[in-house]
Amino acid sequence: MIINHPLLGPRDAQEFTYLGDASLIDRPDWSAEDANEQYYGYAYLRDNPAGLHRELWFHEQGDRSWLVVTRNTLTHEITRVELASDVARLAGRSR
Amino acid sequence: MRYSGFRIIKEALTGNRGWQPAWRNPEPKPHYDFVIIGGGGHGLATAYYLAREFGKSRIAVLEKGWIGGGNVGRNTTIIRSNYLLDGNEPFYEFSLKLWEGLEQDINYNAMVSQRGVLNLMHSDAQRDAYTRRGNAMHLNGADAQLLDVAQVREMAPFLNFDNARFPIKGGLLQRRGGTVRHDAVAWGYARGADTRGVDIIQNCEVTGFRLVNGKVQGVETTRGYIGAKKIGCAVAGSSGALMAKADQRLPIESHVLQAFVTEGLKPTIKGVITFGAGHFYVSQSDKGGLVFGGDIDGYNSYAQRGNLPTVEDVCESGMALMPMIGRARLLRMWGGIMDMSMDGSPIIDKTDIEGLYFNGGWCYGGFKATPASGWCFAHLLATDTPHETATAYRFDRFRKGLMIDEKGVGAQPNLH
Repeated sequence: MIINHPLLGPRDAQEFTYLGDASLIDRPDWSAEDANEQYYGYAYLRDNPAGLHRELWFHEQGDRSWLVVTRNTLTHEITRVELASDVARLAGRSR
Repeated sequence: MRYSGFRIIKEALTGNRGWQPAWRNPEPKPHYDFVIIGGGGHGLATAYYLAREFGKSRIAVLEKGWIGGGNVGRNTTIIRSNYLLDGNEPFYEFSLKLWEGLEQDINYNAMVSQRGVLNLMHSDAQRDAYTRRGNAMHLNGADAQLLDVAQVREMAPFLNFDNARFPIKGGLLQRRGGTVRHDAVAWGYARGADTRGVDIIQNCEVTGFRLVNGKVQGVETTRGYIGAKKIGCAVAGSSGALMAKADQRLPIESHVLQAFVTEGLKPTIKGVITFGAGHFYVSQSDKGGLVFGGDIDGYNSYAQRGNLPTVEDVCESGMALMPMIGRARLLRMWGGIMDMSMDGSPIIDKTDIEGLYFNGGWCYGGFKATPASGWCFAHLLATDTPHETATAYRFDRFRKGLMIDEKGVGAQPNLH
C-alpha cells in the first residue's frame, strides 16, 4: 500500500505504524459523570466496518506525523489522507 | 451411512455405486429452535454438539457461501494447548482432548496427526518463560517437555542453531500437538450434524436480525426470513460486519493473516516448529508441502488477501530459522480474515439482545479451538450457562478489567 502523505507525497505504508480507528483521536472527558463507561467504549469497542474506514497511521520512519487515512477495508484502496492534527483542529481541538 | 474399512471393500467390489452425499441440501424451514450463523468449523461443531451432546433438535446452520469456505479452510491446521493463562489453558486442553477422540466420534477421517509442536527458545529469559508455561500446562493436565539444544538438534538438525543474533537454546515441546486435515473437520462435523437432523443451508447470507422489544425473533436472509428461538453467531472474521446488523459494537477488529505452502517435498519436518525470535511457524502437510505463516498484516481488513511486506517478513523469519527453506519454491499463498480481539482471547457469551449469542474473537488461533468452541457454544445455547472451561470468555471482561492477555500488549489488536 502507498499512503499519499499530505506533506511528503506518496510513501510506502511500511514506513508507518498502524494504531486503529480514527475515533481514538476523541479521548473522552475524564471528569464526566459517566467517564468509566465512556472510556470502556473508547478503549475497547470498535465499529470495525467492512468498507470505508478512517484510521490512524503514524509516520514512524518519516516525519513522525499522525495521519488520518480513509481506506476501504474490502479492497485496501486509500481514498483520502489528512494530517491528524488538521482533523483534530477541525473538530474543535486546540492542538 | 457409516464409514469403515469394511464399507470401502464392499463398495470397491460393487462398483462404488452405494456412496451417498455426505450431507443433504435442504430448503430452509420457516422456524427453528436454534439457528447457527456461519457454516465453518465452529458453527458446524456447535450444531453437531447441540444435537449429539445436548439432545437438541430443530437446528439449522446458515452459511453465506459453501461450508468450510472460510477460515476453517484457510489456516495452517495446527492443534496445540500450550497456553499460559488460567482463562485459556483449560479450554484449549479440553479442545485437544476432543481432537484426540474426534475421528471416532464423528466417524470421519480428519487425519488428526499428533506429531508434536516445538516452540524454540533463543535466550535465557525465554527459557524461563517457557519453563513457566510448561508448568502451567502441566497444572492443567496438558503435556509439556523442556528440551535442551542437543535434543532439539536430534529432532531437527536442519535448523540454524548458531545464528549469531538468535542462537537456538532449546525448546518447549508438546508431543500431543500436531496438525489436522482442516477441510475434513468441516466436512466431518457437517456430516455428523446432518445425520442428526441438522439442516445445513448454504448460499444463505444473513442480511439482518428481526428484533422485538430487545428480543431476537429471527434472521432476514438472502433466502427469506427464518425464525428462531435462539440464534448463535459463529462467523469469526466477519463478526464486526454481522453484529453491526444488530447494532452491536464489539471489542474486535478484523485483520488479514496470510499463509503459505511450498511445492511438495520429501518428509523433512516431522511436527510443527515455531521460531521464538520472530513470528514464524512451519509444518509439513501430508502431501509434502511446507505450510507456514507469521504475523498478521496489521491493519483492519476484510479483503482475504494481504500485502507483500508481510510476505517478505515471514520469509525472512523462515530463512533465519531454517535457511534450507530458501530452496523450496512457494506454490500458494492466501489470506484469511481474523477477529482480532482486544486482549487476544476469544468470546463465547450472550449478547445484550435476548436470544442472540456470540462466538468469535478467535484471533489467529481459532482452528485448534474448533471442537471445544463448538462444545462450549452448544453448552451456552442449550443451557444458558457457560461451560466450565469457557467461563472467562465473557464480553464484560473488558469492562471489568479481567483481560486474558497472553502476550501482555493491551488493547491493541494488531499486536496480539
